[in-house]
Amino acid sequence: MTLPANYFDYPFRRPGMDHDRYLYSNLFTRKPVVWPGDARIALWIVPTLEFFPLDMVAKPVKPAGGLERPYPDYWNYTLRDYGNRVGFARIFRALERRGLRASVAMSSRLAERYPHVLAEVGRLGFELVAHGIDMNHIHAAPLAPEVERQWIETCLASLRRLSGQPVKGWYSPAHAETSHTLDLVADAGCDYVCDWVNDDMPYRLNTKAGALYAMPHAYEISDLQIFHFYKYKPAQFIQQVIDHFELLYREAASSGGRIVALSLRPWLSGVPHRIQAIEEVLDRLLRRGGVWSATGAEILACWTAQQ
Amino acid sequence: MGQEDPGLYDYLAYYDRPKISWPGGARLAFWCAPNIEHYELDPPPNPSRASWPRPVPDVLNYAWRDYGNRAGIWRMMAAMDRYGVRGSISLNVAVCDHFPDIAAACRERGWEFFSHGVYNTRYTYHMREDQERALIEDAKASIRKWSGQELAGWLAPALTLTEQTMDLLAEAGISYTLDLFHDDQPLPVKVRSGRLISVPYSLEINDFTCLFQGNATPNDYTEAIKAQFDRLYLEGADNGQVMCLPLHPFLIGQPHRIKQFEAALEYITSHDKVWFATGREIASHFITHSYDAFAAAIARGNRQQG
Repeated sequence: MTLPANYFDYPFRRPGMDHDRYLYSNLFTRKPVVWPGDARIALWIVPTLEFFPLDMVAKPVKPAGGLERPYPDYWNYTLRDYGNRVGFARIFRALERRGLRASVAMSSRLAERYPHVLAEVGRLGFELVAHGIDMNHIHAAPLAPEVERQWIETCLASLRRLSGQPVKGWYSPAHAETSHTLDLVADAGCDYVCDWVNDDMPYRLNTKAGALYAMPHAYEISDLQIFHFYKYKPAQFIQQVIDHFELLYREAASSGGRIVALSLRPWLSGVPHRIQAIEEVLDRLLRRGGVWSATGAEILACWTAQQ
Repeated sequence: MGQEDPGLYDYLAYYDRPKISWPGGARLAFWCAPNIEHYELDPPPNPSRASWPRPVPDVLNYAWRDYGNRAGIWRMMAAMDRYGVRGSISLNVAVCDHFPDIAAACRERGWEFFSHGVYNTRYTYHMREDQERALIEDAKASIRKWSGQELAGWLAPALTLTEQTMDLLAEAGISYTLDLFHDDQPLPVKVRSGRLISVPYSLEINDFTCLFQGNATPNDYTEAIKAQFDRLYLEGADNGQVMCLPLHPFLIGQPHRIKQFEAALEYITSHDKVWFATGREIASHFITHSYDAFAAAIARGNRQQG
């Protein structure tokens, strides 16, 4: 076996990134931003409601929670479905009782299948974020750009029509993108994406359709990472989120307002033995003071106005 | 193809070794090795290892690592500054070209620069000797350019090697390798010409193996670091030991881990008889004061084994 001829070519070995999607930026040398009410932390809660079809194929990327037992995998189908029937209600109630805002990422197939869930999003005044058609539509190579464009338009058209919201946020299923996703999402009228986990603040992405912004979707304090991948207990979830929050809270005193993104999946966080940990985290963050609960669109608007 | 044993070192019994005496009568040489890396979005493929678990662009995994260079490194560095712990950076040398501010911050702190290849997505597997020699020369020139230092240490990019790597390092004047995990003390490495030693790095208390692969909580990780320190410190009363703390800013620099990282540094720096050194200083001290005695002990062991 030999190496390809270009194995020692380094075409992007120059200042900046090895692509043109965004500029390098040191988090600690940026202009500080000020949140409403001089809050130190913008709390961005992202309940993520996903439809996993029974006949899904886990290719080319198996999404976390994707069905993998031989068909018909009722075990995993119903566990995920539990989240969209019961779990989400616990999470929404926890948010409602505390007067919190949220950006709900949702598969468009779920919005079509479960109008009650979408109605609850509307009733509570939450922002709706597009989360693809369903978890069997993963945006990953070698997906053809014209097919991907159709998927994105189908998803957005459905969510916009059913919710009456403009739907300006995009979160790709499984954090997966093709090299065209950002261009297509911007072209479809979105303002921000939630797929990039490389920052604690928003930053600008370049696309063929103009600017798009990456919102900081903290992955290591997501319930997906903590419960599903790390397999930690609820007490560790509390510890990890609070430690994350406290560090950013401290940084905010000198570096300007920070963002804490809480990514919650109802099939993980909405189960009876975990919901109390989620509630405790919310209570502890709110007791701290200096927390601005907002949607992604609100946080982004506040941030961009100060750039 | 292949051989049964790396052929890079001979057996040396753990008991009755020559004594290593670190400066100031320290029991333990402690060094901290942050991996300053860049993983390319779309690198050329290596026949033996895929660059990313998902199809390119693997946005999730690329961005996770990129977090280290945007945010994590600065927090990690501030914590090390707070406890006066110097770094010896395991450097993908292209990071200096991409992010000169990172190179400057390490240089200003007087940290050691050693090589971890060009990118963490350019694996050494299947390189011909001339190609691997060119890689080593690239690293030497880059590190001289960006730090003013002569390259002394090598941790293969993504820990990918060939059977020739150690020989080529020695021929290029590199003095220590970090890719061998067979001991807690520096030891001679058998090479076809020149001289090379192994210096203990760690895959046991590496944040990558503990936090990323091992699912350790931040507290678990700190407890592991402390336990590793306690035992080596104890044994160091008889014979000088080495403890390396290898780090990755995209992991240790996450907000929820900083408190625990600081607790580990607080614990270690609260002890006396610890030599806070760089990889180069440890290698140089061993070569000057202990290499010959260890080489002689290994030769005696070989004769006894016939």
